[in-house]
Amino acid sequence: MNVQNIHLVTDEAVAQAEEARTASPLAVRNLTVSYGQTPAIFSVDMTVRAGAMTAIVGPNGAGKSTLLKAALDVIKPLAGTVTVFGEPLAVMRDRIAYVPQRASVDWDFPTRVIDVVLMGMYRQLGLLGRVRGKHRAAAMDALDRVGMTDFATRQIGQLSGGQQQRVFLARALAQDADVYVLDEPFAGIDAATERAIIAVLKDLRDTGRTVVAVHHDLATVPNYFDDVVLLNTQVIAAGPVDDVFTEDNLQAAYGGRLTTARVDPESVAG
Amino acid sequence: MLGDALLLQLGYNATLVTVGAALLGIAAGVAGTFLFLRKRALVSDAISHATLPGVGLAFVLMVALGGDGRWLPGLLLGAAASAAIGLLCVQGLTRATRLGEDAAIGAVLSVFFGFGIVILTVVQTMTAGQQAGLEGFLLGSTAGMLRGDAILLAVSAAAVLVLVLILRRPLELAAFDPGYAEATGWSLGRIDLAMMGIVLVVTVVGLKVVGLILIVALLIVPAVTARFWTDRASHVVIIAGAVGGVSGYVGAATSAVAPALPTGPIVVLVGFLLFLVSLLFSPGRGVLASLLTHRRYQRRVHMRQGLLALAQGQPIFEALTRRLMHRAGLILPDGVATQAGQAAASKALLDETRWSLVRADTSFAAAATRYDGLTPIEDVLTPDQLRDVDGRITAPKAV
Repeated sequence: MNVQNIHLVTDEAVAQAEEARTASPLAVRNLTVSYGQTPAIFSVDMTVRAGAMTAIVGPNGAGKSTLLKAALDVIKPLAGTVTVFGEPLAVMRDRIAYVPQRASVDWDFPTRVIDVVLMGMYRQLGLLGRVRGKHRAAAMDALDRVGMTDFATRQIGQLSGGQQQRVFLARALAQDADVYVLDEPFAGIDAATERAIIAVLKDLRDTGRTVVAVHHDLATVPNYFDDVVLLNTQVIAAGPVDDVFTEDNLQAAYGGRLTTARVDPESVAG
Repeated sequence: MLGDALLLQLGYNATLVTVGAALLGIAAGVAGTFLFLRKRALVSDAISHATLPGVGLAFVLMVALGGDGRWLPGLLLGAAASAAIGLLCVQGLTRATRLGEDAAIGAVLSVFFGFGIVILTVVQTMTAGQQAGLEGFLLGSTAGMLRGDAILLAVSAAAVLVLVLILRRPLELAAFDPGYAEATGWSLGRIDLAMMGIVLVVTVVGLKVVGLILIVALLIVPAVTARFWTDRASHVVIIAGAVGGVSGYVGAATSAVAPALPTGPIVVLVGFLLFLVSLLFSPGRGVLASLLTHRRYQRRVHMRQGLLALAQGQPIFEALTRRLMHRAGLILPDGVATQAGQAAASKALLDETRWSLVRADTSFAAAATRYDGLTPIEDVLTPDQLRDVDGRITAPKAV
């Protein structure tokens, strides 16, 4: 444990942190998840800043996806609490939209693009609410925002990887949430889709929404994101990209395995 | 004879059995669809085999309490209880250990079935047990079906349909994307519990008709059959219900005509026949359609490659390509292009040149994704865009 990290905590600092957590659209405290005896994430504190785009970055097996899933109660944590705008997650579900990893579902499932997007409104529709024109219009609008209107009635098995990712994003957009949580939205997709998705995400941020995404490509972090959480089972560093995305922190997160060539010095602050 | 049976003209009992089997088929097809879509079809096999100890123990208990032992609702309650325990064992093993669900199913299925057979053997030695007819639960026995049994089937089938109608959204969501279902606040545990509860009801009321060994077929075959005909989950459910209903109806009617044939297995075979027809002949996913599509596609690729070779003055090596092009009147047997062949070749080359320009230009990114080597570019670009592209073809030539 780093000695500098242990300092006396003043009452004022505690109060400030508490205030930040209450205002945060997604705050986790002491979150620990373990598969068997080894923790995937250990005592993670993360306070996402409202109206910002936050990247969760770290090496393979660092627990990035696990952190997201545990924060959304998709997997049960061993310990820890999650709050959304200061309230428990359970009563704030509607404010959060989740975009799972594309590879997590079977794309041969018998459903069409528009049906997948409508799934984003199932919670709002409830068990028996009828799908009305306004719901279809909202779904088409979501597809329009990701440039997929032409594919509305296609079977999802006919889509390319990039198109699948756009459909997943459209489903989240149809939820019209305040917080968008994305698990590796740029994994295995083409450059055009990456640009389209980042444009949608920046647009969400610019209209006051909050975006949290697991991200793999260190080179694009400073361009795409405002804040970054460096994770390797524990949080190595978290905060604005300019302060946190430094050579030292990255080496700490990647255990010194990162060759400097991978990080463009121009794009790394500090 | 079969005509009479299908029109329910074969008397009271045959009619009861036929209607009952049809209702069971509908319920099983509908309930089984979600198992199939959730990729948990075989759990139903564990559930059905796990009913057997319950049937035997319920009989023993009822006899011990001074009853007849053959009272059907009592036997079915026993079946439901032990099936539920079996199901909990599968889920417990999967969750608490590193065993996969397949291994858990295998273990639970065989142990419960073995235990059930032991109890049945013991029952045979009891004086009350000699005419118990519990073997009928293995492969079904419809001979002594009563009006009450048919009503039980009807009520259960209706309950299953209503439950599926109410729960269709969470069931679909859990099957397609369980993580997303959980993240949007549906409890996956409760959805699965409901799904298994529905399957359990179908299994237990279906025991007398098709028996515990074959009920799994009635749950899975209709859904698999339906999948061939549609790409929408809601339609799979409806078609699977229809396939199950027809299987039950036709199967029971057939066995009524030939009483030596057991109802359950015939029902399953009729379902299999529908599956076979779908597998071979369904237009989208059927074997025949896939084969034809593949052949057609292969021919288009060969033609295209042949034309491009012609246009560039290269020889055509592949026999299939030469054969196809000759048949289309594009080349002579010696490989020399006909007039039509030359025209088609230069058209193909122009198309390819236009495509390569479009694909290199990021302003055409959307159109470029439609490139598959076969689609004519006129299908993708507007005449104005084409003129723009053509302008660029001639420009470098002038230099």
